[in-house]
Amino acid sequence: MSNKTHVQARINGEDTEFLCEPQQSLLEVLRDTLGMTGTKEGCNDGNCGACSVVLNGRLVDSCLVLAVETEGKSVDTIEGVAGPQGLHPLQQKFLEEAALQCGICTPGFIVAAKALLEREPNPSEQRVRLWLAGNLCRCTGYDKIVRAVLGAAKVMEAKKP
Amino acid sequence: MEKGGGTELERMADVWIPPLMQPLTGGARRVKVPGSSVRQVVSNLEQAYPGIKALLCDEDEDRIRPEIAVIVDGEVSRLGLLEHVGEASEVHFLPAIGGGR
Amino acid sequence: MTTSTPKKYDVIGTRPIRHDGVEKVTGRAKYGADLQLPGLLYGKVLRSPHAHARIRSIDTSAAEALPGVKAVVTGSDIPAASDTVQSLGETAVRMRYLSNNVLAGDKALYKGQAIAAVAAVNVNVAEEALALIKVDYQPLPPVINVMDAIKDGAPLLHEDMLTQELGKRTDKHSNIANHFQFKKGDLEAGLQKADVIVEREFNTASVHQGYIETHNGTALWSSDGNLTIWCSTQGSFMVRSQLAQLLMVPESKIKVVPMEIGGGFGGKISVYLEPLAALLARKTGHPVKLTMSRAEVFEGTGPTPGTHMKVKMGANKEGRITAAQVSLYYEAGAFPGSPVNAGAMCALAPYNLENAQVDGYDVVVNKPKAAAYRAPGSTQSAMAVETVIDEVCEKLKIDPLEFRLLNGAKEGDRRVDGPTFGRIGYLETVRAALAHPHYKTPLGGPHRGRGVASGFWFNAGGQSSCYISVNADGTVSLVEGSVDIGGTRVSVAMQAAEVLGLPAEAVKPTVVDTDSVGYTWVTGGSSTTLKTGLAAYEAAQDVKRQLLERAAKIWETPVENIELVKGVFRSKHDPALKLTFAELAGKLLATGGPVTGSASVDAKGVGPAFATHIVDVEVDPETGKTQILRYTAVQDAGTAIHPSYVEGQIQGGVAQGIGWALNEEYFFNQQGQMANSSFLDYRMPTSLDLPLIDTVIVEVPNPGHPFGVRGVGEVPIVPPPAAIANAISHALGVRMTTLPMSPGKVLEALWKKEGGRS
Repeated sequence: MSNKTHVQARINGEDTEFLCEPQQSLLEVLRDTLGMTGTKEGCNDGNCGACSVVLNGRLVDSCLVLAVETEGKSVDTIEGVAGPQGLHPLQQKFLEEAALQCGICTPGFIVAAKALLEREPNPSEQRVRLWLAGNLCRCTGYDKIVRAVLGAAKVMEAKKP
Repeated sequence: MEKGGGTELERMADVWIPPLMQPLTGGARRVKVPGSSVRQVVSNLEQAYPGIKALLCDEDEDRIRPEIAVIVDGEVSRLGLLEHVGEASEVHFLPAIGGGR
Repeated sequence: MTTSTPKKYDVIGTRPIRHDGVEKVTGRAKYGADLQLPGLLYGKVLRSPHAHARIRSIDTSAAEALPGVKAVVTGSDIPAASDTVQSLGETAVRMRYLSNNVLAGDKALYKGQAIAAVAAVNVNVAEEALALIKVDYQPLPPVINVMDAIKDGAPLLHEDMLTQELGKRTDKHSNIANHFQFKKGDLEAGLQKADVIVEREFNTASVHQGYIETHNGTALWSSDGNLTIWCSTQGSFMVRSQLAQLLMVPESKIKVVPMEIGGGFGGKISVYLEPLAALLARKTGHPVKLTMSRAEVFEGTGPTPGTHMKVKMGANKEGRITAAQVSLYYEAGAFPGSPVNAGAMCALAPYNLENAQVDGYDVVVNKPKAAAYRAPGSTQSAMAVETVIDEVCEKLKIDPLEFRLLNGAKEGDRRVDGPTFGRIGYLETVRAALAHPHYKTPLGGPHRGRGVASGFWFNAGGQSSCYISVNADGTVSLVEGSVDIGGTRVSVAMQAAEVLGLPAEAVKPTVVDTDSVGYTWVTGGSSTTLKTGLAAYEAAQDVKRQLLERAAKIWETPVENIELVKGVFRSKHDPALKLTFAELAGKLLATGGPVTGSASVDAKGVGPAFATHIVDVEVDPETGKTQILRYTAVQDAGTAIHPSYVEGQIQGGVAQGIGWALNEEYFFNQQGQMANSSFLDYRMPTSLDLPLIDTVIVEVPNPGHPFGVRGVGEVPIVPPPAAIANAISHALGVRMTTLPMSPGKVLEALWKKEGGRS
């Protein structure tokens, strides 16, 4: 007898369904059930941001969200950031600015920074730092990450009609 | 160990003795020892200062103790006893560092 | 920001996009925990709740009987570990200690030590099974402080351990595993000549490397006894050697596949989970995967030692150091092998001294066994020496950077531990710091202060291998075994590209497993750009030689008449005869066959690294909180192959150093249990805690490497705690002698000073 729940959610714009147990986190289901391993586990208690996703338009740590909570909601992960036309300006800037070293925190940062730039297209350095304070990076000291986000903001502004 | 004559001495290896081993060399900090390999140098050190080889080498495995690094002319040697020692080479024995990460 | 040097190279010094970049920014790159295999079982580890205890018995029967559990292993499942000392790379490892750290023997020596491991159909069942394992512990009094551990009568962790003194065993049973000493000149005479003498004692807490990816390991045995391991490691060949020794299986039966790695900093070289995965996989006949939780990483892997240190330094009024004495007591954790020797050799390395003595003590305590952490041992001793120097400068009223110019080491100077320096760039870093706008900008305002400090790391060379094959379209595939933690794929590829006259994008680097490339030492020791770069350089030279010969064959002319200039093969005498690299590559299969080059090196000619840092802080006298206002890090990189990744290494090291200085520490309770094993309470810097970090790359090329490379990854973590301590001291007028200088500690120091005045 299974205690699994059937969940229907919209993941990266696609209708998706999965079975999960009530105590499973969204992080666990994304990685182990759906094979979407781009979202990473760093601490499993909401302190590092490596598992950042956007849930119904809101930036969250997926380790703190139960998978069953996504019923009827939209989830955006790193896998949905690049489009068929290529990399998102954030991804491109991360590469150009060398804003990644080991890369494990990078998906979380890109998801988080994208959420910021979609709300605030022209943030200050301090605003970027505050928004990203929930994402830990141990390799870069954040300098090049901040530069990449500010650089992407400029590119995105310039692209607007 | 001196065979007499300055030239001979100058061609010998210049071996620096770790402070805690200096009691064995009568307090000498640097000694001149012949040898064209670390093995020969250690063997000649032992002849002059009995007991020093046991501090430097693993008795059973005929190698420099793994916790000791041999530095020849400024380079950390990975060859241990096999390392070539040139004329007037400088040889140091230092605690092996963990390679640094 | 890089100092301008004349453009010597075509590719080296440019900033191409790293070859593995797109995979990493799209989340497609595969790290160890991302691996999925059919029939995979999941493992979990039972860990000791006691810091010190005898293990009388372990009963796994109830766990084994739980539905869904497929196997349980304990220390007795590790084949009898011989008590030999093996050289694993450059480290000497006593196999019994490694074995007991993987799974405990007859004693638990720290809280978090692995006692048993379970494989089950899923992680939840595995965790339930852990609770069913009955361990009969006899708790023993723990020693959790280095100075308590060395007292006569302190409880002994290893009853059979005898203190060693540089290879010589004494007959003393104690928790001091090792004592060694370096001496130069006459310490007492030097102190007599001093006009000022400063003496200080320091205590620093243990800190963790803090990589965001936790440890992982997956193992699978084939039916004919071949083992495959997938793991995130800094050294796949090192994992292979350790497993061969622990499992008593020939290396030829083991293949290690390095996955992408989410940070290491030295903490992912010793094995923890891989042997457990292998033992469980063998028992179950299924692949088994283990990952650590964050708490397990803190409590079950290898932080850097806490320390107690003493420094006494004398200087004359002309500003020359006349004598220096350093005593270092480092906590090795449960098993011997702290980096106190490196700490001792680095402590005074930036200075040319006549009279000095350094004593180092490697001491076991009931804490996790220490592992390497970025320039292991050097940050601690620099904290002590560089702050005492600052105090000496204050008393003499000499600028601390000018003081370093007066005493700084240069080529030909002899270190306290013996060897002389070759070509080094220490003074260049000090001059660059002196000339930097940061140093020239006055710092005004209350409770603000500026501090400087220097640091040193040897860097390592080591063995590496590389194959390069030429593709018909003029690209080359480059195969290497160096795990890429921070951009080494691209810097290795750039070195091959430079030799062949190709753009960096035309080289396709791949990191492969232990069956697919020659022996490669760990990605660590700031060695990869040097050693694997050298292997790539030589493999590229091999390819170039063969291509020149092929062109000679095609043009029917002696090979001496042909040259490769900026990616074009051409005749020296006949300008009509030329082929681009791509054109020649396209002709290979039709003119004699494919061209591949290879090289295996034991890289020598290592160039050490020096750094000098400047930091401005503002301290809140009510809360004790320190804010970093401005940070400038100057470092000699020899030649910066890819400046962005050199800058990145510097900035990352600085950030870790700042965390070490201000917030990070292992809080142990009286029972030796870590009280803050989560990222919430083990407080690493966030983006909000740091300003932009200005980097200045000084280039004093290393004559030992064809492109002048010096390792860069480690030295940047060495100066920050001392520089910040000096800055706080100038801000508040109190000398800080503990790490971290967390708000509470700063306030205590402030109140003590104010209390002392009344």
